[in-house]
Amino acid sequence: MSLHRIRTSVRSTAFGALGLALGVTFFAGSASAEEVIVGLVTKTEVNPFFVKMRQAADARAKEKGVKLIARAGKFDGDNEGQVAAIEDLISAGAKGILVTPNNSSGMLDVIKKAREAGVLVIALDTATDPADAVDATFATDNFEAGVQQGTYARKALGDKTAVVAMLDGTPGGTVDTFRHDGYLKGFGIAEGDPSIAGAAITNGAQDKGQVGMENLLSKNGDINAVYTINEPAAAGAYAALKSFGKEGEVMLTSIDGGCAGVRDVKDGKIAATVMQFPYKMAAMGVDAVVEYAATGKKPSGFVNTGSFLITDKPVEGLESKDTAWGLENCWGD
Amino acid sequence: MSAETTPHIVLEARNVVKTYGHVTALDGVDFELRAGEILAVVGDNGAGKSTLIKALTGALHPTSGEILLDGVPIHFKGPLDARHAGIETVYQDLAVAPALDIASNLFLGRELRAPGLLGSLFRRLDKKKMREEARRAMNELKFRLPAIDNPVESLSGGQRQGVAVARAALFARKLVIMDEPTAALGVRETGQVLELIRSIRDRGLAVVLISHNMPNVFDIADRIHIMRLGRRAAVVSPKTHTMNDVVAIMTGAATA
Amino acid sequence: MTTATVSPADASRSLKSRILGAPSAGPLLVLIGFCLIFALSNPRFLATHNLSIILQQTVVIGVLAIGQTLVILTAGIDLAVGAICVLGTIVAGKLVNLGYDPVLSMGFAILLCTAAGLAAGGLVSGLRLPPFIVTLGILGILTAALRLISAGGAFPVRDPFLAWTGNTMKLGGFVLTYGVLIMFALYAVVWYLLNQTKWGRHVYAIGNNTEAARLVGIPVRRHLLSVYLLAGLIYGIAAWLALGRIPNADPNAMQSANLDSITAVVIGGTSLFGGRGGLIGTLIGALIVGVLRNGLTLAGIDPLWQDLVTGILVIIAVALDQMSRRKN
Repeated sequence: MSLHRIRTSVRSTAFGALGLALGVTFFAGSASAEEVIVGLVTKTEVNPFFVKMRQAADARAKEKGVKLIARAGKFDGDNEGQVAAIEDLISAGAKGILVTPNNSSGMLDVIKKAREAGVLVIALDTATDPADAVDATFATDNFEAGVQQGTYARKALGDKTAVVAMLDGTPGGTVDTFRHDGYLKGFGIAEGDPSIAGAAITNGAQDKGQVGMENLLSKNGDINAVYTINEPAAAGAYAALKSFGKEGEVMLTSIDGGCAGVRDVKDGKIAATVMQFPYKMAAMGVDAVVEYAATGKKPSGFVNTGSFLITDKPVEGLESKDTAWGLENCWGD
Repeated sequence: MSAETTPHIVLEARNVVKTYGHVTALDGVDFELRAGEILAVVGDNGAGKSTLIKALTGALHPTSGEILLDGVPIHFKGPLDARHAGIETVYQDLAVAPALDIASNLFLGRELRAPGLLGSLFRRLDKKKMREEARRAMNELKFRLPAIDNPVESLSGGQRQGVAVARAALFARKLVIMDEPTAALGVRETGQVLELIRSIRDRGLAVVLISHNMPNVFDIADRIHIMRLGRRAAVVSPKTHTMNDVVAIMTGAATA
Repeated sequence: MTTATVSPADASRSLKSRILGAPSAGPLLVLIGFCLIFALSNPRFLATHNLSIILQQTVVIGVLAIGQTLVILTAGIDLAVGAICVLGTIVAGKLVNLGYDPVLSMGFAILLCTAAGLAAGGLVSGLRLPPFIVTLGILGILTAALRLISAGGAFPVRDPFLAWTGNTMKLGGFVLTYGVLIMFALYAVVWYLLNQTKWGRHVYAIGNNTEAARLVGIPVRRHLLSVYLLAGLIYGIAAWLALGRIPNADPNAMQSANLDSITAVVIGGTSLFGGRGGLIGTLIGALIVGVLRNGLTLAGIDPLWQDLVTGILVIIAVALDQMSRRKN
């Protein structure tokens, strides 16, 4: 045996031993097979909305004495990661799986597989397409939330002639489409209306919201109403408006109900935002699985977890809550 | 220059000129390699050694002059043409793939395919035959190496250069050109490679050895071709001339 | 240093030293180790259904990693794997949804992926640009172009032929998809090319010492071109496999496929510096990643541990490679 060969074999063994050592660490925390397992598959690990959802599901699972296994995609659009997560959860023997699908048509097959295996599947936050692919959907009615945002913006503008900028999320995304269309409906205009000055893609991120807003303002300085897909995009838009010296003149509205967003409303940066309730979705989801495990009863259909308009400048004929209430009920802190 | 009739001239250059703009690298050089000899090519830096070798191996095209292989004029378009004509070159920087085994390195670029359909249709390599041939060649050259399927990187520098030299020996039909083959080696390893060069000569191949190392040259060469200012200053025998003589000719302090 | 004269005895090295000496031995031990631990922690892990799931989950990255291995063996790197694969899914899906013949559509999509590989190879070998930059550029171009042609949105692809690779068959009680079989077949074919043909030898030689490869007369540029071309073809086939797994064409998908495939290759023991390693290691590397993710879920452990362990394995693999290269 030459030196070289001895070296490679030493190397192999070292590598293997390390793998084993790492593995043993995990063994200590393994699950017992008898527990009721609730699976949660969110879009990503980074968005505070999903972090809140996960924390709420975790808390409710502990309360109810069931085990939560939470998984997530690596990025927006990671269908493969979510599909694999559901497959793994079926293998793990989950009684029910709560999923926020990245793409509403991407995981129909695996959801079907899960339901055939007797697993309760509930979509959280985002409906599947078709919606009855899952047993039930617990979500914000995003179209309705968009309508709330658009209605507020139109009413708050008063008699002014509107020039609208649309700061979209990821074009084609289900939620994005609902909110976008809802806003236009609430605003009382149709897609392609001449009052729409332009649209920008923000991916729901602050930096892209800022760049998008800057470009749209360069294109048309008369913009006086801005739709935003979420509050980070709105925060970016505010920065752009401020650098153009227009922060007081533009009706900037948003959707989400994150604590940072509510504070922006309180500080007058955003005129109004529409709050949604991720913890409600998660807690209701866990409850449904626990119920299903005990009695075999499944929820069905679309369950609106509600949305509230948060603003300190209410307009007539539109129900809203103030930011004090908002800060008590927001998520992401 | 010796006037006696030579046995057989394998490679010959006549009045070869190579200019780069106003710079003359080769100024009408002659060259003559006889069958079965080790011909050392020496010269100071810039004397035209490398240019001459490149002209002989097709790596560059002479501005004028003639090169003959076995008495037939040749016009190499590139180093590959020279290889096809039976001329192998061993380079100073080791032209081996360190992670590949010895046999693979020996046959690199000239792999053998399995006989029959396996080889012609499925392009399968004949690894066994290559290993056997490699072993046979190494034994024939009396070059001691560890197992033939060890990667070349597990060898010492001398052994690695041995692999490169053996590859040239295995495939050369006419002659082997060695460009400073021992430049990067220690004393003991240099000895191994010189021994190898002798075995190649003893198998009937002609060898051109470019070297800076006078003791090596005197140890091994049958004749010494001395370059100066882009021309052949002299061809001398190590038996009739001393190292000091050769250095004197190289530097222009003396003529042959 | 052993300097015994070459003798036939070296051909009959003991089985043990052959197994331990193989470059994929370390990764294999890691894989077996993880399997053992996960099997102990949850007996469901070894259920044939679960093992089959792991294989199915490995298909797309596993096949992309074949192309990645080829490119890395030439001392290159391919950041555009995922983008080229998504190109395949979008083009095939779009054409079929427009009513074109599914076989022709998929064929055209695969051809387009091959062309993308060829373009990368052309820039790397022809203009001698660094593969990192070339494939980064192609990644950017394709990502933008795909979002443009699909208007940013994902769309379902409901065609039996395009989804065929996701169909299952039974192999002695073991349920496999055709995609899994195609993956193994591709591994076998490319393994053969790498290990049993001149072409494969030259891939290693170029990655190991490009200058030496050139000096011994290997047409280095043409060879590099053929490597990228084959890699593109493989990414195209991966697109078909991806549609079998998720019948959905999504321009936002596979954003991490480049790093995931590089991870599989590196954990599998192939050197990022080129010329060392091989395909069996890559298959094991891809399986390690799959087994980790699945096993951790079954054990009920936060999957973030997967990224952590994978990260550690990557660093160990690269460190071991560096050490062995430095020693030599």
